[in-house]
Amino acid sequence: MKTVKLSASVLAIAAVSATAAAARDTVQVAGSSTVLPYASIVAEAFGENMGFPTPVVQSGGSSAGLKQFCEGVGENTIDVANASRAIRESELQTCAENGVTDVMEVRIGYDGIVFANEVNDAEFEFTPSDWFNALAAELPVDGEMVANPNTSWNEVNEDFEDVAIKAFIPGTKHGTREVFEEKVILAGCEESGAMEAILEINGGDEDAAEEACMSIRTDGASIDIDGDYTETLTSIQGEEGAFGVFGLAFYENNTNIIKVSTMGGVMPSTESIASGEYPVSRPLFFYVKKQHIGTIPGLKEYAEFFVSDAVAGPGGPLANYGLVADPELADTQKAVADEVTMGSGS
Amino acid sequence: MSDISASAAGLPGKSSLYAESDRTRRRNAAEKRFRLYGLGAVGIGVIALVCLLASILGSGLSAFQQTYLKVEIYLDPAIVDPNDARLMEDPDAVRAELSKVLTFGYAPLIQGSLQAQAEELAAGPAPEITPQLLAAMVSSAAPTTLRDYVLANPEEIGETIEFDFLANARIDQYLKGKVTRESAALDSRVDVAQLNAADELLDLGQMEKRFNWDFVFGPDASENRPEAAGIGVALIGSAYMMLIVLVIAVPIGVGASIYLEEFARKNWLTDIIEVNISNLAAVPSIVFGILGLAVFINFMHLPISSPLVGGLVLTLMTLPTIIIATRAALKSIPPSIRDAALGVGASKMQAVFHHVLPLAMPGILTGTIIGLAQALGETAPLLLIGMVAFVRDYPEGILDPAVGLPVQVYNFTNRADPAFVERASGAIIVLLVFLVIMNLVAIILRRRFERRW
Repeated sequence: MKTVKLSASVLAIAAVSATAAAARDTVQVAGSSTVLPYASIVAEAFGENMGFPTPVVQSGGSSAGLKQFCEGVGENTIDVANASRAIRESELQTCAENGVTDVMEVRIGYDGIVFANEVNDAEFEFTPSDWFNALAAELPVDGEMVANPNTSWNEVNEDFEDVAIKAFIPGTKHGTREVFEEKVILAGCEESGAMEAILEINGGDEDAAEEACMSIRTDGASIDIDGDYTETLTSIQGEEGAFGVFGLAFYENNTNIIKVSTMGGVMPSTESIASGEYPVSRPLFFYVKKQHIGTIPGLKEYAEFFVSDAVAGPGGPLANYGLVADPELADTQKAVADEVTMGSGS
Repeated sequence: MSDISASAAGLPGKSSLYAESDRTRRRNAAEKRFRLYGLGAVGIGVIALVCLLASILGSGLSAFQQTYLKVEIYLDPAIVDPNDARLMEDPDAVRAELSKVLTFGYAPLIQGSLQAQAEELAAGPAPEITPQLLAAMVSSAAPTTLRDYVLANPEEIGETIEFDFLANARIDQYLKGKVTRESAALDSRVDVAQLNAADELLDLGQMEKRFNWDFVFGPDASENRPEAAGIGVALIGSAYMMLIVLVIAVPIGVGASIYLEEFARKNWLTDIIEVNISNLAAVPSIVFGILGLAVFINFMHLPISSPLVGGLVLTLMTLPTIIIATRAALKSIPPSIRDAALGVGASKMQAVFHHVLPLAMPGILTGTIIGLAQALGETAPLLLIGMVAFVRDYPEGILDPAVGLPVQVYNFTNRADPAFVERASGAIIVLLVFLVIMNLVAIILRRRFERRW
């Protein structure tokens, strides 16, 4: 087999040298599946309008995309990473170790995270503490941590109907999971007073308390979905009264199938997220490898096109799909035009 | 045995030819039961196949039909050409100036042209329709069609031209019976007034459903316009990859098997190779993707997302299948053929190439085609080499980015708009058609050229 592989590679080399290894002229994008629809809308419009080839957009998740992004500099690495969370310090470090030193961070807008059940199911008005009490692995009861005993929503909150707790939440490889844990579960932990109780039990160790807050039960009431929202949708359709965690854009495209619940009394919509009233939202980003600008044709133009008013502004195609336009878009546009990199002062 | 010896020992009356003994009855019953098990197993398989085909055909056949809308568009110079570029001499300069108006700028053109019709409809059958709602019934791919037309024909600016636009996905789904008035009432992407207008336009003959070649040959489209999405790029990508597999895997695979089967000495080394080939055939395909990323992209610097890398990875994956099938085909040729050839003075190579190989050809071809079919349906290894992606430009060679058919199916299923469900099934139908054709060819070749001894 070794000889076979060897000859395969020899043939491949021959094939490539025959075509004289043309330089890559297509922008390569990878990353978050939440950003993917926006990126493909932009890529499509970019290809149609700007006279450059349509960029290639891969999916796979924020972490996978950033990992690919940080692999190094050169034509065999991607130019842009989409992410539904900010890049981590550790990832930047990996980037720097591999020679990716100039990274531009571009915020494209905001995305809401909504909690929805099937359109004919009961209506709920949630607060973060309801979700914490429903999904936390352990709850503090009388000075002791006990495994979460709640099995029905009306045990969590008397106002709710007697519906079994069943939630399909994004798996740990999704950027959405982090936001869910932080803005819903942790917020609920603090809001319900469980945080203080836990601090009392463990003697004031805040990190440990946060971790205890954010650990999700694994007894089947909460199920991780590693795939896309379509998988979550299929899952809640198969289970009576089940809840799913979706992106606002996904909900807006499927309002006849799923029904969102309010969070803290606010209905999720592009307006309530833009104003900051709806609590569970997060910024979406893409990261540009500045070292590739000038080498890969169209890279800077793509970044500028993405954040231009006609595309990412209110009323543009991205807002039409469900993106909450960034009120500070002008600053972003300027930063992209000036090629401001991370850690260069601004 | 004991039965025979028992009757031979003579137990008269106990074994009549007319009356079944208990034992015979039990044996017959066991056979009957086994037949039923077999029938049951086949039945379950057939039912599963029928269910699968029914669900795919049921949801996918409609993807080949699409709704089109005839709209007369006034190419308003104020919108299309605010700087009067069309009056310039140099066609390149005209084009450069005209292309400054982006597709987003063309959207008002459609709404403006539909104004009169919207008022007419609002006065009659669809009272709540507004120009905005009516314009929203046209696909968001329409401004692109308009812009391309204007760029190609700048002399027609200022005239009124009839265009055949795709209708919006929800309107299309309404005509296909998948959007109802009840679901539309809950749906934020469609209004019941639009459905009423659609009924009227259908009566007027302004809207029609017809066969959609763009689904088969057109490129993919973003989530804002599912109605425009096609599988053309995936078809070309798959064709390129199959070509590469055919060109590289067949000579290497057949060469390796001929050497191993006919020339190589049987020793521990060839034994190890043989075991490894069998093992490789069972390796999960994603492993080949990892190998492809490491060797072809990171080491050899071949372009990401290109059918060349995809084809090479699939070649590695298909090689064991081809080698095993070819060796089996060579083994099935009786040694008498070789002996006869050698006996009349042929060299070993002549014996193999003139006599053994032609006879083994049907088996080799069958194995190759089955290996190709397997490669055609593979997605996992392509994930790691950047071929699971949104690609819109047709690849012009094996170095340009492309996707494969099964990848396109996967991409469609991951999208939020329900209209992509039918397109996923439609793409599966196309993929199945190719697989059936390939397997049919394999069967025909075997039937026609196979010899039995």
